[in-house]
Amino acid sequence: MTEKTGTPAKRQVHLAAGVPGVNHYTVWGDPTAGSQIDFDTFEHVAKTAERGFFDYFFLAEGLRVRERNGQLHELDVAGRPDNLTVLAAVAGVTKHIGLVATASAVFNEPYDLARKLASLDHLSNGRAGWNIVVSADAFTGENFRRGGYLPYDERYDRAGEFVDLSRVLWDSWPENALHSAGADFVSRADVGDYRYSGKYFDTHGQFTVPRSPQGHPVLIQAGDSADGRDFAVRTVDVVFSRHSEPEAGRAFKRDISARAVAIGRDPESIKVIPGASVVLGDTEAEARERAREISFAQVTPQTAIALLQQVWGTDLSGYDPDGPLPAVPTTDGDDVIQGIARRHDDRLATAREWFARAEAENLSIRQLVVAATTRHEFIGTASQIAQQLDEAVQSRAADGYVLSGNVVPHGIDEFVDQVVPILQERGVLRTEYAGATLRETLGLGELPVTTSWAERRAS
Amino acid sequence: MSEHLHLSVALDGAGWHPWAWKDARVRPAALFGADYWIEQVATAERGLLDFVTIEDSFALQTGAAFTHDDRTDHVTGRLDAVELAARIAPETTRIGLVPSTDTLQTEPFHLASALATVDFASRGRAGWRVRAGGARESENFGRRETFELTLDWYRTPEGQAQIARQFDEAVDVIEVVRRLWDSWDDDAVIRDVPTGRFFDRDRVHHVNFESSSFSIAGPSITPRPPQGQVVVTALGHATVPYRLAARGADVLFVTPTSTEDAARIVAEVRELEIEVGRTLPPLRIFADLVVLIDATSAAASTRLERWNELDGAAYVSDAFIVAASASELADLLEEWRDAGIEGYRLRPASAHLDLPAIADQLVPELQRRGIFRHEYEGDTLRGHLGLDRPANRYATATAPRSASTAQNTEN
Ligand SMILES: Cc1cc2nc3c(=O)[nH]c(=O)nc-3n(C[C@H](O)[C@H](O)[C@H](O)COP(=O)(O)O)c2cc1C
Repeated sequence: MTEKTGTPAKRQVHLAAGVPGVNHYTVWGDPTAGSQIDFDTFEHVAKTAERGFFDYFFLAEGLRVRERNGQLHELDVAGRPDNLTVLAAVAGVTKHIGLVATASAVFNEPYDLARKLASLDHLSNGRAGWNIVVSADAFTGENFRRGGYLPYDERYDRAGEFVDLSRVLWDSWPENALHSAGADFVSRADVGDYRYSGKYFDTHGQFTVPRSPQGHPVLIQAGDSADGRDFAVRTVDVVFSRHSEPEAGRAFKRDISARAVAIGRDPESIKVIPGASVVLGDTEAEARERAREISFAQVTPQTAIALLQQVWGTDLSGYDPDGPLPAVPTTDGDDVIQGIARRHDDRLATAREWFARAEAENLSIRQLVVAATTRHEFIGTASQIAQQLDEAVQSRAADGYVLSGNVVPHGIDEFVDQVVPILQERGVLRTEYAGATLRETLGLGELPVTTSWAERRAS
Repeated sequence: MSEHLHLSVALDGAGWHPWAWKDARVRPAALFGADYWIEQVATAERGLLDFVTIEDSFALQTGAAFTHDDRTDHVTGRLDAVELAARIAPETTRIGLVPSTDTLQTEPFHLASALATVDFASRGRAGWRVRAGGARESENFGRRETFELTLDWYRTPEGQAQIARQFDEAVDVIEVVRRLWDSWDDDAVIRDVPTGRFFDRDRVHHVNFESSSFSIAGPSITPRPPQGQVVVTALGHATVPYRLAARGADVLFVTPTSTEDAARIVAEVRELEIEVGRTLPPLRIFADLVVLIDATSAAASTRLERWNELDGAAYVSDAFIVAASASELADLLEEWRDAGIEGYRLRPASAHLDLPAIADQLVPELQRRGIFRHEYEGDTLRGHLGLDRPANRYATATAPRSASTAQNTEN
């Protein structure tokens, strides 16, 4: 909010970190790997990120333990806390860092979720954020009252109404409804009164939480389709994406900016913060060697087969991970792990691509899966990484990154110890938290004027 | 009869009397910040209490039955109690934290992992007060039929049937939440590098629960909480909720008005435990009391009268209201204990006067009488209540797949 005048200020690097909860990127077999569930883990990562002046602590969500053919997928980390609950506890051991919960706009009810988000905003003095996800698969639905009830092409319409209703609830108490002294507790008898009528929700009543410090929590969204991107520019403050490599990042950010401009939104008002993996070394060569080792630790022999099955769609348990790839399937099978967000739109095409690459580069199954599925966007010495991050942000590849420590809970410690001071010297990372709220920390402006999803969609 | 009493406090607003916030000159906004609650719980912990409960509802507070009242001079609004409990957890070390939640509009799957998360964040001090929210709460969700909202309607056979259905559903929610807490064995995470397995799928279980109103596959996304099972509590005023507690709860809060009444309720609950074939350890029966504690009972009664006058209405409660000195209150607690009451949930009329009086006057009085602890002996809520950490209903007695067999199937 305090942009310097005169020489154009350098774009600031926004950083986030979390505790990865379900994927194969977490090297659980590392001797230093700690608990995925004890509170100490969450406290350590959040405090370390705050020591490094990160913008927010971020937790992803998966609402069903992954399975293949009715059997639980036991190769990856699993077992995680309820996001909003653990973030409320983390609020007690941190002071400045934002607290962002991924929470489904499908397997929640707006009143309950909006209330929890507003409560977190109060309990953290204005540090709450909501990463809105819309995975609506029937498999996950089996854990919920409604079941898997939502057709794929309606996911953003319902999410749009979900956010509308949430905003109505967050706005249902006037700014100064709570008296500071005197005879009355509230300024009027109708605080919290609301009514909402839409295609998906038709409710009324009273919201029990007074307007929270940020008014509305910071909204974040991670969808990649055209619908998802349109939803993002119409709805959120921050886009979380998979486009972490600088070239792909610039294309994605240009696309988001263009979509924003098309609906009359200032593209600078929306931040793009993808996930990224950082690998440090004392020398560049050492960092490269570490990156290679981490990739192979992520893709164990068993995981190599599991991920290949994910593309082949058939049982490949008889194959040697260190041997050649099986022939490309002729039909699209469905022997896959359920509960992973859809990534391979055309699996047969991906299979052909992987097979050709393995042949051309003479790769075993495991080597191919490492090459195709692991990525460390920033590799090098501390000063090289600081420079890469700075350049990526100045060249608008992103506004910053969510760093995934590959080992829980110490994965980001050395980044904070070594890279953060250099970023600060370069003038692209804060040396103190200037703002009180997450909205201020991210440099977002005032709350957007509330319009309904129907209006936003029509614009 | 040297069994110690169990003592807990119910937190709500600035205390249970509507005048309390004004008497203490509380800034309304303070009730929506963490510090206010941390201070209250710290006082309760100083008094070595077993736990605090935190009230919650999806509807605004009201003095009127079934509708919202128009008073602007009473405490209005609440934060989510589960989050509040989690927020307090790292600021405290021994006391149990028992948030209330509705069971009819919430998702049982989320409840199970949220409450387990409070247990992780507090290292084994979580409890849960189960509520079956009313019709006013359900309007916020718009997915259930709503009913005519009058006391008369609730007294009709149709109304009674509706109440019974709601309690049955609450029992189903407790059952599935308990199953979800057990859906991971304590030793499910194996980190077995040779076989590449983070956990052992034979030690993580589907719950496959089906009731008339929902079905849940499981397992939970959250491993088994430190206490194994979070402590389940419920408040009941009549047979239907007593039966709910007998079927699923660990602790039941009741509202007797006299020693005889206490004895009658305890006898009824004990019979219901047999009738429903309870397999859990016997219910811990607690009595709820609204308390005003002053140097003399005359002073406490005068305070109550004055506050009623200032508020413009006599304070009424479902629980017995006691205006007394600490030692008179201790007498009553002892007397009801002899009628079978094992513990108390005290509702301080004022969190600013009566909660400190509980910690600093009542507790020392009970200690002098040899019926209350002098220090915390354990550091889990189950420990305070003398409840063992339960065995996991799903844990298999059979040996897990050996590393070599597993390797064979994976290669
Ligand atoms: C970078 C990224 C991260 C995501 N993280 C989650 C997550 O943690 N939990 C979840 O349920 N879905 C997650 N998703 C899925 C999205 O929320 C969304 O449901 C999915 O991408 C389908 O929407 P789309 O078709 O617009 O891409 C993620 C998606 C992306 C691109």
